[in-house]
Amino acid sequence: MMKSKEVVLATQQTQVLGRALLIPAVALLFIWMIVPLAMTIYFSTLHYSLLDPGTESFVGLENFRYFLTDPAFLTSLQNTLVLVGSVLAITVLLGTPLALLLDQPVIGRSVVRLMVIAPFFVMPTVSALVWKNLLMHPVSGLFAWGATLLGLTPIDWFTDAPLFAVILIVAWEWLPFATLILLTALQSQDEEQKEAAEMDGASALSTFIYLTLPHLARPITVVILIETIFLLTVFAEIFVTTGGGPGLQTTNIAFLIYSQALIQFDVGNASAGGLVAVVIANIVAFFLVRIIGRNLEA
Amino acid sequence: MARRVTSRRVWVSTGAAWFFGFVIFLPILWMVLTSFKTELEAFAMPPTFLFFHWTTENYATVQGRSDYVHHALNSIIVAGGSTLLALLIAIPAAWSMAFAPSKRTKDILLWMLSTKMMPSVGVLVPIYLIYRDFGLLDTRGGLVAILCLGNLPIVIWMLFTYFKEIPKDILEAARMDGATIGRELIYVLTPMAIPGLASTLLLNFILAWNEAFWTLNLSTLDAAPLTVFIASYSSPEGLFWAKLSAASTLAIAPIIILGWFTQRQLVRGLTFGAVK
Repeated sequence: MMKSKEVVLATQQTQVLGRALLIPAVALLFIWMIVPLAMTIYFSTLHYSLLDPGTESFVGLENFRYFLTDPAFLTSLQNTLVLVGSVLAITVLLGTPLALLLDQPVIGRSVVRLMVIAPFFVMPTVSALVWKNLLMHPVSGLFAWGATLLGLTPIDWFTDAPLFAVILIVAWEWLPFATLILLTALQSQDEEQKEAAEMDGASALSTFIYLTLPHLARPITVVILIETIFLLTVFAEIFVTTGGGPGLQTTNIAFLIYSQALIQFDVGNASAGGLVAVVIANIVAFFLVRIIGRNLEA
Repeated sequence: MARRVTSRRVWVSTGAAWFFGFVIFLPILWMVLTSFKTELEAFAMPPTFLFFHWTTENYATVQGRSDYVHHALNSIIVAGGSTLLALLIAIPAAWSMAFAPSKRTKDILLWMLSTKMMPSVGVLVPIYLIYRDFGLLDTRGGLVAILCLGNLPIVIWMLFTYFKEIPKDILEAARMDGATIGRELIYVLTPMAIPGLASTLLLNFILAWNEAFWTLNLSTLDAAPLTVFIASYSSPEGLFWAKLSAASTLAIAPIIILGWFTQRQLVRGLTFGAVK
């Protein structure tokens, strides 16, 4: 088909316009990414304390040496890994059966789905305070009441198992995310394939292992990667419940950097820590971007 | 042939699904119930479930405090402003990548995505210092700017996936009929893009409303949205449970309702199209 002159013109016009329209977004994101990062890198090589202004001096990699050998770093790195790992395990291991259940014929399914998704929309500060006070309070909390009903001694969550308490709160916030994504993936599964397997006499278990699980492999990977990105920097939940304590028991990398920057006002050290956090997140992001990029071509 | 579903199986899965749904929803339900109790009953042990003296006095108290209204207004302005600003920047960019793609479009999209993966805490120090030096700490404008930039990659990405679904033939046809770019945008594209725009707007409003890293670190009072207001209840431990519950219920109710409408878009928006 011959294109008329107007169409060719319009297409050329579109190309030029397209470049122009892309510029503001690209420029803004570029500045947003480069300027603060460059400043963080610069600060990380300085001795720079807000309590002691005017004494900034170049110290090379001293801040990194200090940050990485600080016992607080190892503790908070460990807490970060435990937090991320536990929340991932809980959300995937509970989210998968929950999604499978919601994929079944259920009377009132849409209402159940709404109840399951709701926690995701609760702002983190509300979730944390409601769990800390209304549910986990050692005397008047709902859990304490449940424990006494069962003849157990109520746990003082934030004294005896503070990190576990934070893990429970964060897992509750992210379970809906995992469930919703896995449910969406299940609903796109080929029903005919499942029917054929059933007609061939395959048991529900083998249908699950050989058909459903491989189908869920990629969505589960996506859930794990996206959750990891967000979970590496859990902040508000710790900020309003424990403030990182008792001691360093609930301090993760994000909270450690925050306390160095805005409580101890040690800019140089906090910047070095910030860069460590960027490197850790980038390792995860690398894999996530590859998966999404592959999907973009398909 | 539809799969045969026995009624027993339906009852079992229905019972299990409702049970687990209820367990997951319980903290929210409990919060709402507590918000209608007196402070004394909120602490009562054993707890009262439905048969307590229902009261709305907590809502009256919370609403009556001028600062609640102030913080709610901040939430609306910050979440709404950052979303609209992000849309304004993202619409042209997404339009350009969807309808006038170049060889580099895919790289640009993935690069934009990677900016979202930078941990906020990594740039906390410079942002805090820049805000301090430019007088942006605790200002609504400052929060609007940072939340807009933070969510921009998601907005662009979502709009891109929606725009991509608009068939290009229609544009060609419009051009054949001699439509200019301007007319094409207004009369052909916009009507087809409205559902995608609406859900992008909604999802990002929700994300900005609940954002609790920058709001906690960059605002204290004047510009503080509800996330920060609620966090202020954490200090006098356990004194005002009923009022905390009422304030929390007011802060999350509109968002949960909006969220329920956008659950499908949620998947698209948060997985960047990796799960459909």
